[in-house]
Formats: sequence, structure tokens, C-alpha cells
Amino acid sequence: MSEIVLSLKNLETKYGQIYALKGISLDVYKGEIVTLLGSNGAGKSTTLKTISSLVPACGGTVEFYGKNITNAPPHEIVEMGVIHVPEGRRIFKELNVLENLEMGSFTLKDDVERRKRIERVFELFPVLAERSKQAGGLLSGGEQQMLAIGRALMTDPKVLLLDEPSMGLAPIIVQGIMDIIKTINDGGTTILLVEQNAKVALKLADRGYVLETGEIVMEGNADVLSKDDSIVKAYLGH
Amino acid sequence: MSFQEIFIQQVVNGLLLGSFYGLVALGYSMVYGIVKLLNFAHADVYMVGGFCSLTLLTLFKDTFLGNSWTGIVVSMLITMVIVGLLGVVIERIAYKPLREAPRLSLLITALGVSMILYNSVMVVTGGEYRAYKTGLGFQGISIGSVFVTHTQIILTVAAVALMLVLHLFITKTMYGKAMRAISMDLDCCRLMGVNCNKIIALTFFVGTALAASAGTMAGVYYGSLHFFMGFVIGIKAFTAAVIGGIGIIPGAMLGGLLLGLLESFGTQIPFIGSEWKDVFSFSILIIILIFKPTGLLGKKESERM
Ligand SMILES: Nc1ncnc2c1ncn2[C@@H]1O[C@H](COP(=O)(O)OP(=O)(O)O)[C@@H](O)[C@H]1O
Ligand SMILES: [Mg+2]
Repeated sequence: MSEIVLSLKNLETKYGQIYALKGISLDVYKGEIVTLLGSNGAGKSTTLKTISSLVPACGGTVEFYGKNITNAPPHEIVEMGVIHVPEGRRIFKELNVLENLEMGSFTLKDDVERRKRIERVFELFPVLAERSKQAGGLLSGGEQQMLAIGRALMTDPKVLLLDEPSMGLAPIIVQGIMDIIKTINDGGTTILLVEQNAKVALKLADRGYVLETGEIVMEGNADVLSKDDSIVKAYLGH
Repeated sequence: MSFQEIFIQQVVNGLLLGSFYGLVALGYSMVYGIVKLLNFAHADVYMVGGFCSLTLLTLFKDTFLGNSWTGIVVSMLITMVIVGLLGVVIERIAYKPLREAPRLSLLITALGVSMILYNSVMVVTGGEYRAYKTGLGFQGISIGSVFVTHTQIILTVAAVALMLVLHLFITKTMYGKAMRAISMDLDCCRLMGVNCNKIIALTFFVGTALAASAGTMAGVYYGSLHFFMGFVIGIKAFTAAVIGGIGIIPGAMLGGLLLGLLESFGTQIPFIGSEWKDVFSFSILIIILIFKPTGLLGKKESERM
């Protein structure tokens, strides 16, 4: 296997006195798509938020290429190349599509490079180019998800953390988003994909972890997990 | 005076008054937009700005800068920087530690900061009025029997120009866009790599500097300063910000100009004296809020307090 890009070791996070993560460990190798599955409230979003330092870890470490980045300021983590696309897309509703993308490249000082990256995002998502002057809040759910991913790509990330990109989207749109994620991954970006929709996630991912009330209860190759009885029962339909 | 002349005179007066309100309202609105705080101390930094520029102007009087426009402009710019930094310090010491605290704690802290500022100035000035002496004359231009001084014209143009510069800053620069983005979703901005503390500090700097410029202009225009001068304009500017839609930058400018014009025309209503002008203007504003509770440029959701 290749190099480890992202490594969580016994990571703990709590809200008030309640632990949302009870010491989870997980590795993401270079070029992989790893999916983190689990039902509502399992701690998936908290895992991503802890990696991007939106909430502080109270134990354990997050390492990026072997460097300890636990609780580093969020903007430093972004500058290193770890970018988090939050649950619910969180588009800046009153900024237009172009301004949303520009916000994604906030840490970049070079305007020429910024324009180049915008062009690259527009190639990936032509619909965003058509709507570049439209307010983000007026886009459809699928378009907003594309904008959220495009905005994240503006930082030219090494690792993309995606929190439930399929949420609330029609199956056909979900498939489009998954194809895009695959394309981005083929371009060399490592991906940690959080999903409740285990079916599409396992189809796309190389490996998977299953989270349950703040603990990893299972891990393995995606094709193995998708045949596992307990996963089939819990997450892959009835 | 003919009806037309009265009209022109009130438009001129209203625009000047309104642009002061607008400049102060911008700070209220920007800070509310970004940290959801009604910054009561904002009216007092306006007052501090007036005194700061007066002090500088007095120093400049006998230098090559003089106390005419050159001296006034230089002292205003330096004042904007100094008082802008005061705004940053206030945020850092008084508000930043409370960013996760209930909004009420923040509100009370803002009241405290306000008291500290005006009481300090009261002690320093002995609570007296201070004359704002400039070397400006009383020349002007006449349109019929309407007389407008050069000072009035220059101050109005300067205030509107500052608002336009702010507007360009907010809409065209990355820092300006980040300010707007933070007011929509702070956590998401952190995920974009925005150093939010820096942008919040910048917002306080800009908002406070604009208030300080208005304080300077008010000194030049009215010719005197007082430690409590921020009180009334604070209420007016806050009202202007609400009328325009608090948190919305062009709204603050619009609200300020509208309130200035209403007040100015309020002095001309037949049969009731000009002391009723506030009643007139506030009645209209209440009516506006009844029909548009989030302000003229406000959005539909009513999550604002
Ligand atoms: N801001 C918060 N304050 C308190 N508890 C929270 C907060 N966010 C999440 N939690 C709790 O932490 C647990 C994990 O939440 P989350 O990470 O959002 O789960 P998931 O993304 O897997 O649905 C849940 O029990 C949730 O109620
Ligand atoms: Mg979640």
C-alpha cells in the first residue's frame, strides 16, 4: 500500500460531558476513497469536524502525512490541503455562484491562479458556469452540492472530506454526484466520504469503516463490507 | 421662500444629516451582521472620533497643514486609523472572549464599554462643550434664496464617497466578500480557510473608522463637541440601520439618507413646530416597519431581534 495521508488515532471528542467520539482510529491512504458509514447520530459529522478543527478533540490525534494537526487552527488545516465539505452543503446563499467559488480560494493570493481554478471547476460542473451570476440560494439541491464540492476544490486539496453529499437528493442526481467524486479521485485527490447511503458509498469506495455511537465497530474492503450480513441488515435495506 | 426653494433647502440639509446617520449606521449594521451584536459603544466611538480629530487639528493649526481643509482631511484620516484601532482593541478585549456566550452578556458588555468611553471623555473634557475651531469660511453658493455653504457640499460629497468606497470594498475585494460570507455562515467560512478572527477585527476597524469620520465631520459642521453627542445620533443611526435592514450594508446607507431627509422635511410641516420633527420621522419609520418588519432591504426570514 502507498503512503498514509490521514490518520486518526484514538480520537475523542465530546460535547459538554457527552462523548460523541470514544477513541476512534482510522487510516486513509493516498489515492483512496474511504467511506465512513453509520446511522444518524453515530458521530460521522463529528469525526469530520474534529479533523477540520471545527470542534476540538479532547483526546487522541489527527495526523496529516505524519504531521500532528490535532486542534490546529482551521485555516492552517485548509492551507495544508485538507478540506471539509460540510453536511447540508452550507452554500453562502446571498453570494452568487462565482463569489461562492472565490470564497473557496480565500487562502490563495494569486488572482491568475484563482481564475484558472474557477475554469477547472466550471469544466467539471458546466451548470455552475451557466449560473455563475445567480445567488447560491437559488440553485437546486444537486447544483448546490456541486457548488459545495466545486468551492472545496478551489483550495486544490490533497484530501477531500465529504459529509453526506447524497443527502436529500434524487437517486439520479446522487449517481451524478458519485460519478463526479470518482472523477475527482481519479485526478489524484484522496477522499474520505461520510454517508448514510451505504449502498452508493460502498459501490464507490475502496474501503469502509462503520461507526456506531462514537465507536468503530467494523472495517474492511468495500466489496467485503457490502456482502457482510450485519451491514446488509442495518444499512443496505430490508 | 417659494415652495421649490424650501424643497431644495431641505433636500440639502437632509442629505448632509442623512449621510452622517448613514456613516454611523454602517458600523452598527456591519457589526450586527457579523457577530450579531448591537454594539452600543458604537455611538461613543463616533464621539471619540470627533475629539480625536479636534486634538489633531489643534496640533496642526500652526504647521503647514493648517486648520483648513488640508488639516481637516489629514486629521480625519489619522483619526480614522487611531479610532479604528480602538474599535479593534474593544472587540479583542470586551467582545471576543464572549463570542460563545449568550447574546445578552455581550449586549451588557457593550453598554459597559459605552459608559467607559463617554465617562472617560467627560472626565478629560470636564463635561464641557468644546469648540471645534476650523479655518473654514462661510462662502457658499446661492440658488435663488437657498444658500448652501461649501462646507456642507464638501462634507456631503465626502460622506457619500466614503460609503461608495465601502460598498466597493464589500463587493469587490476578497476581504469584503469574506465579511459578507461570515455574516451568512461563520463556521462554513472557517472551513474555507478564512481566518475569521482577522476578518471580524477588520470589520470592527472599518465600522469604527467610518463612525470616527462622521464624528469629525459633525465637529466641522456643528462647530462644537460634547461627550454625550453620540447618544442621539446613536439612536438615529441604529434606527437607520434597522429601517434599511440590519446587517445589510446598502440598507444602512439607504436608511441613513431616508431618516435624514424625513427629519429635514419634518421641520417644514405646517402648523406643528420643528420640535416635532422626530415624532414625524419616527412615525413614518414605524409605518415602514409595520409593512416591512425586516427593513427596506431586509430578507424575508424574521430571525432578527
Ligand atoms: N453541537 C452539538 N452539541 C451537542 N451535541 C451534539 C452536537 N453535535 C452533535 N452532537 C451529538 O453528537 C452525536 C454525534 O453527532 P453527529 O456527529 O452529528 O452524528 P452523525 O453525523 O453521524 O449523524 C449525536 O448524539 C449528536 O446528538
Ligand atoms: Mg452528520
